[in-house]
Amino acid sequence: MAQNIGQQDDTRRDLPELSSDEIVRYARHLLLPNVGIDGQRKLKGSRVLLIGAGGLGSPTSLYLAAAGVGTLGLVDFDVVDASNLQRQIVHGTASIGQRKVYSARDRLRDLNPHVHVETYDTPFRAANAEEIARDYDVIVDGTDNFGTRYLTNDVSVLLGKPNVYGSIFRFEGQASVFATEDGPCYRCLFPTPPPPGMVPSCAEGGVLGVLPGLIGTIQATETIKLLLGIGETLAGRLLLINTLDMQFRTMRVKRDPACPACGTRTITHLEEYEEYCGIPGTTSHTTAEVPTSSGDITPVELAEKLKRGDDFDLIDVREPQELSIAAIPGARLIPLGTFEAALPTLNPEREIVVICRSGARSGTAVNALRSLGYAKARNLVGGILAWSDDVDPTVIKY
Amino acid sequence: MPVTINLPSILAKLAENSRTLQAEGADTVAGVVAQLAERYPQLGPRLRDDRGEPYPFVTFYLNDDDIRFNGGFAATVRDGDEVTIVPAIAGG
Repeated sequence: MAQNIGQQDDTRRDLPELSSDEIVRYARHLLLPNVGIDGQRKLKGSRVLLIGAGGLGSPTSLYLAAAGVGTLGLVDFDVVDASNLQRQIVHGTASIGQRKVYSARDRLRDLNPHVHVETYDTPFRAANAEEIARDYDVIVDGTDNFGTRYLTNDVSVLLGKPNVYGSIFRFEGQASVFATEDGPCYRCLFPTPPPPGMVPSCAEGGVLGVLPGLIGTIQATETIKLLLGIGETLAGRLLLINTLDMQFRTMRVKRDPACPACGTRTITHLEEYEEYCGIPGTTSHTTAEVPTSSGDITPVELAEKLKRGDDFDLIDVREPQELSIAAIPGARLIPLGTFEAALPTLNPEREIVVICRSGARSGTAVNALRSLGYAKARNLVGGILAWSDDVDPTVIKY
Repeated sequence: MPVTINLPSILAKLAENSRTLQAEGADTVAGVVAQLAERYPQLGPRLRDDRGEPYPFVTFYLNDDDIRFNGGFAATVRDGDEVTIVPAIAGG
């Protein structure tokens, strides 16, 4: 047991005791001069909220649980999918189909039964964010969309809690610590999110499986430093990692006096940020929410058109490497990024059906086409995912 | 010595997959951006809006500092400087 736990100050007196099992388990921490018994007791008395139990939330939650952070809150409303397991290492093959928060909770309990895991199987929204986050000490941003990132930032600033930020795309990642007492926030770095369609999601662009491992363990490290009050955190700095050339760069981030969140503080309450998502409806759990409009086409209708041999153009706006995974025969490939340049090759008088993986990128292309006078442009609702469900189950869903 | 520009891979694909570019003779970040836009027409609209201003979701660093606090696109560049372009990404 921890003998003679100090009575020097109230903070120390209020910290939870370590059991003999815990002292054995955390022995390598107890040897560290910056941690020791008191530091380990601080970790045990700490509460960390992880927004997202996916790529970043996996390594972060595993290391924070292993480190003995007393209470971990997990927010996620998704279920474990086979395509998650290439990077979301808190989940396993046996967890496919389970709610992510429960799959992660079971793994974390097995890793460290001394840690209490609180689960929130619900979207993190303006309506519940303050209530969920209020009782935590540190918030870890491991989300996968801009809407939730801005919400996580704003609730962190409003509640005065550090926001440990990480973000990934393909081979590159970013990490920082926002919303500390004197430091900048996410809005100081990126005042507003990109419009829908400007930035592809990981579901479209791909991500190196080990990358969230790198960024997530940095987030876990920063969280522990914040809880212990040791070292120099990334507050005021943005760490950029490129795994292809393994370059790490650190940029300065200043608090912007005009920032509506942490500067002028004109953001006094939370709003829904749904419209901020990189591309609407691109993650697996929101595929069904892809907006549709009149003139769009269902997979069954498209199959009938193809069978009848109707005269129309079928355009696939995905990336070339996606074709080798799944395809609808007969489509002409024009990746969305090169769509504008290919416009002169499309006839505004003809019927054009545009397809992609989920219907989101094709929706963007169809909106652009219609605004340019291509009145007969139609979006395949639900994309190739829906085509696999409704027409040809041999087409792989990815 | 020219100014070196570091591009993330998401933008490098619009610059013939070059993640490091160079610009010569530019006095400001705006001048550097104009050179890039001329050389790579598809890259231009991803770096600046229709009015030629930077986007709020693409941060430009001149060496280690955000140009927003140093005059924005009017920030002066010198030979040997590095401009690093950091777009917002949301993956997790």
